[in-house]
Amino acid sequence: MNATDNARRAKRLRLSPMLAMSPTIVIVGAVYVGCLLWTLFVSFTDSRSIPDLTWSGFGQWSRLYADYRWRNAFHNMFLFGALYIGGCLLLGYVLAVLIDQRVKGENFFRTVFLCPHALSFIVTGQLWKWYLDPEFGLQRTVRELGWSTFTFDWIADRHLAIYTIVIAGIWQSVGVVMVLMLAGLRSIDEDIWKVTRVDGIPAWRVYLSVVPPMVVPSILTSVALLGTGAVKNYDLVIAMTDGGPGIATDVPSKFVMEYLFERSNIGLAAAGATTMLITTIAVAAPLLLWQAWQRRRIARGAA
Amino acid sequence: MTALTARSAAFPSHAAGPLPWQATPARFGIYLFLALATAFFLLPIYIMTATALKTMPEIRGGSALLWPASPDLAAWAKAWSSACIGLDCTGIHVGFSNSVKIVVPSVLLAVALGAINGYCLSFWRFRGANAVFAIMLFGIFIPYQIFVFPMIGMSAFLGLYGTLPGVVLVHVVFALPIMTLMFRNYFATLPIEIFKAARVDGAGFWRIFWSVMLPMSMPIVVVAVIWQATASWNDYLLGVVFAGREHLPMTAQLNLLVSAEMGAHEYDVDMAATLQTALVPLLIYFVSGRWFARGIAAGAVKG
Repeated sequence: MNATDNARRAKRLRLSPMLAMSPTIVIVGAVYVGCLLWTLFVSFTDSRSIPDLTWSGFGQWSRLYADYRWRNAFHNMFLFGALYIGGCLLLGYVLAVLIDQRVKGENFFRTVFLCPHALSFIVTGQLWKWYLDPEFGLQRTVRELGWSTFTFDWIADRHLAIYTIVIAGIWQSVGVVMVLMLAGLRSIDEDIWKVTRVDGIPAWRVYLSVVPPMVVPSILTSVALLGTGAVKNYDLVIAMTDGGPGIATDVPSKFVMEYLFERSNIGLAAAGATTMLITTIAVAAPLLLWQAWQRRRIARGAA
Repeated sequence: MTALTARSAAFPSHAAGPLPWQATPARFGIYLFLALATAFFLLPIYIMTATALKTMPEIRGGSALLWPASPDLAAWAKAWSSACIGLDCTGIHVGFSNSVKIVVPSVLLAVALGAINGYCLSFWRFRGANAVFAIMLFGIFIPYQIFVFPMIGMSAFLGLYGTLPGVVLVHVVFALPIMTLMFRNYFATLPIEIFKAARVDGAGFWRIFWSVMLPMSMPIVVVAVIWQATASWNDYLLGVVFAGREHLPMTAQLNLLVSAEMGAHEYDVDMAATLQTALVPLLIYFVSGRWFARGIAAGAVKG
């Protein structure tokens, strides 16, 4: 083997990974960079049904935020997001703590609590629409059991329908938080429990104030997953209420899709989509920053 | 006895409080809460199943909680093969086979590309590899609404819009980040010495991938396949936008069937179709067991 052969071989080895990843690099460039920048730019144009790439400033943005329908959808996203994240974190933590008490049938409970997560949001939405139907579902069932004045018709009430979507969302997603929290709980240093027992601190106090700071990674991961899920939330609304009654449960994801495909105002839709992107960044940032900070701390510790 | 020690080793010693068979009020409270939670998670699924097996008079006449007096498969058969979705009275089995045609190739492609990417990013870091990975990591969170419109243009340009290969490709594009992340994180746990030894033995880029890394990565392949199969089966938005009328996936057909505004609603057929759409991911969930939960941990973005 001579020197040129070796050099050629080394060069081929250097190029192989780039060649192997070239489909991915093309996709990342065209979609994750290209399409994103395109939409960003179009939000500053007057594009109606056909994209028109002449700069026109913040016209679409001011139109968007003057639009009552958008403000309503935007508000719903935050209302849904706050309750969905809060509900999932709280219930997920409680379920994880209870399962962590050496209960019998741990596997059964874990399997049941995570089960809805296997279902799509379309199925979840159809399921809960039926379950909460005032005429046939839960309300009637409870009345037939003897509580004849029981009322639970939120899904048909324009002030309360959004909360039924929150409940269905929590039902579908809380299992994930339970899994993440349980992993966090089981990675806690055993000695903490010995110390607190010696000090005579009751277990519930420990779970309330000592444990949560120790499962911060699980909490941040959950918040990032649930928060970005709340921004993406589309299928569940479509299946359960289709934005109704009226526009009571409209959300930005649905608003954007409508303006892209039915109401043909691409510029306005792009401004809405960009708002969704900014919200996503704000929600995922804490996790990514915290991870970067941890990596730096570990690197410094190792040095 | 050994089983008992192994079991207690898997649990933190803090749980060594009162043992399960000692009926203290606290234990009782724990099981009560877990039982209520079980009811919360299973009741909607139970009611869906019961409704699917009833006849319409039975649905109107009796409590939703009651199991059908004589389970009736007529609605089940109608939902599958003759219910009207729009103008086509062919049932939801068309959507089922469309979904299979979309899910199988997109899982194969996405997992293969994810494995190659993870391998490159773990062992063959080239210039710019980190940037590509950072964009993908970020891409996991971004709502589809940012991308769909320009992507329609791109897929139309390639002649793929509204075709099966087109919708498969779109699924692969959006699965790439999470698949890559899973494989990268997995390969990062393998000792680098394995890779170095293979290099010393003169194995090239693809040889190391095929003969060394891939055989060692079967656990993550299983996790990735389960994850991607469930995710693409449960997709709605991409199917509606990119599949075209002929290839609508099952979730989209289900939503059209149940949310149709015309005609009298046959709730038994609606729920049978919902159950049929839920069946594939439920089957994956119950057969795969712990692997499904592992996917959540593996997909829980670790940079």
